[in-house]
Amino acid sequence: MNPSPIHTDLCIIGAGPVGLFAVFEAGLLKMRCHLIDALPQIGGQLSEIYPQKPIYDIPGYPEIKAQELVDNLLEQAKPFSPTFTLGERVDLLEKQADGSFLVTTSDGTQVHAKVIVIAGGLGCFEPRKPVLTNLEAYEGKGISYMVKNPETFRDKNVVIAGGGDSALDWTIFLSNVAKRVTLVHRNETFRGAPDSASKVADLAKEGKIDLILSANLKAVSGEDRLQQVILDDKDNKELSIEADYLIPLFGLSPKLGPIADWGLSIDKNAIEVDTKDYSTGVERIYAIGDINTYPGKLKLILCGFHEAAIMMHSAFKYVYPDQKLSFKYTTVNGVNAF
Amino acid sequence: MIKFTVEDQEGTRQELEAPSDMGLSLMEILKASEYPVLATCGGMALCATCHVEIVEGKAGLEKATDVELDQLENLPEYFPNSRLACQIRIGEQLEGAIVRLRGEDVV
Repeated sequence: MNPSPIHTDLCIIGAGPVGLFAVFEAGLLKMRCHLIDALPQIGGQLSEIYPQKPIYDIPGYPEIKAQELVDNLLEQAKPFSPTFTLGERVDLLEKQADGSFLVTTSDGTQVHAKVIVIAGGLGCFEPRKPVLTNLEAYEGKGISYMVKNPETFRDKNVVIAGGGDSALDWTIFLSNVAKRVTLVHRNETFRGAPDSASKVADLAKEGKIDLILSANLKAVSGEDRLQQVILDDKDNKELSIEADYLIPLFGLSPKLGPIADWGLSIDKNAIEVDTKDYSTGVERIYAIGDINTYPGKLKLILCGFHEAAIMMHSAFKYVYPDQKLSFKYTTVNGVNAF
Repeated sequence: MIKFTVEDQEGTRQELEAPSDMGLSLMEILKASEYPVLATCGGMALCATCHVEIVEGKAGLEKATDVELDQLENLPEYFPNSRLACQIRIGEQLEGAIVRLRGEDVV
């Protein structure tokens, strides 16, 4: 059973820069927002991919670091008390009899909203999966792509695959939790943080973990659930490891995901919108920022900001059907928090 | 103008022609030629969605930077001649090269 849904005026899918600025624009029109993002933190690709990169084309900022922009946008949105569901992907979008929507996430969280705003950037960031036959069959039965609760792995045989920082960090962390951790990496050396790499080497020397270098994942097997991970070792020989869990950590990549199934018109991984108000072909669903497309579209943050402002004035009629919208400047009216 | 060959996911090869004096990257040419390359990060060597394999013509290319190697190493699948197309400048050194698309994120 789901707990009772969260009620809001607008449900914004995607908590990147455009989603955050949309909260501000909605707030000026007294509309409340709830944001959902598949990533565990706000900021979208700015926080996930390039937090320390400088951006030079945000009006008014000759230069600003991506994470700093996200922090500022959150600060700007604060007067309008946005609420968040993070680390969950929107799976279902159901139209209700009164025209509103019920949104359901991958974890069963439900949000009831009068308007849906898709500010999903390039889609949801999902783990890159190794190319192995039967991989999907063991997902949730021994294969997980992230460590949500380390206790799951207590006293278990765990194989971690990958050579980046997260593979190193989780190897170190789980070496104190799991029965046995085996780290499999395809090269002889690690490019991740030198500190973590030498810690992992030390753990291997002390015999606390198994470190298998120059090896690749080849197959997974087991009855009902994962039991063995089979590797191709450096001499191209098969090596079978007893494993209760396999955690492949090969980074994240963006996928359009369930958005593709919502009956919207999609062109090359982007949602087609009407530039009059950035509405999609489905009433009460808007799409702004990198996820939309129209003739002349530029995938720029500043264009997403513009789209958010225009779109909110159009969405007002669904939230306040009996009120007439009058345009006001913040210099005249200020920001009226709620 | 220089000419090089692109092999798509199905193994179909096509010769492309590109200006060598406009500072374009291989990723930009692939996108402009309607190849399904996502290029999420827009060319910062941060997403690896423009992963390619340089089948022929690797010798003349500038070496991959640390940032690029970090990304490549993180991929589930990579090859001795793997590169990120966004980090390869279109220039004379690419003349006659054969490039195979490898981005597993291609839709």
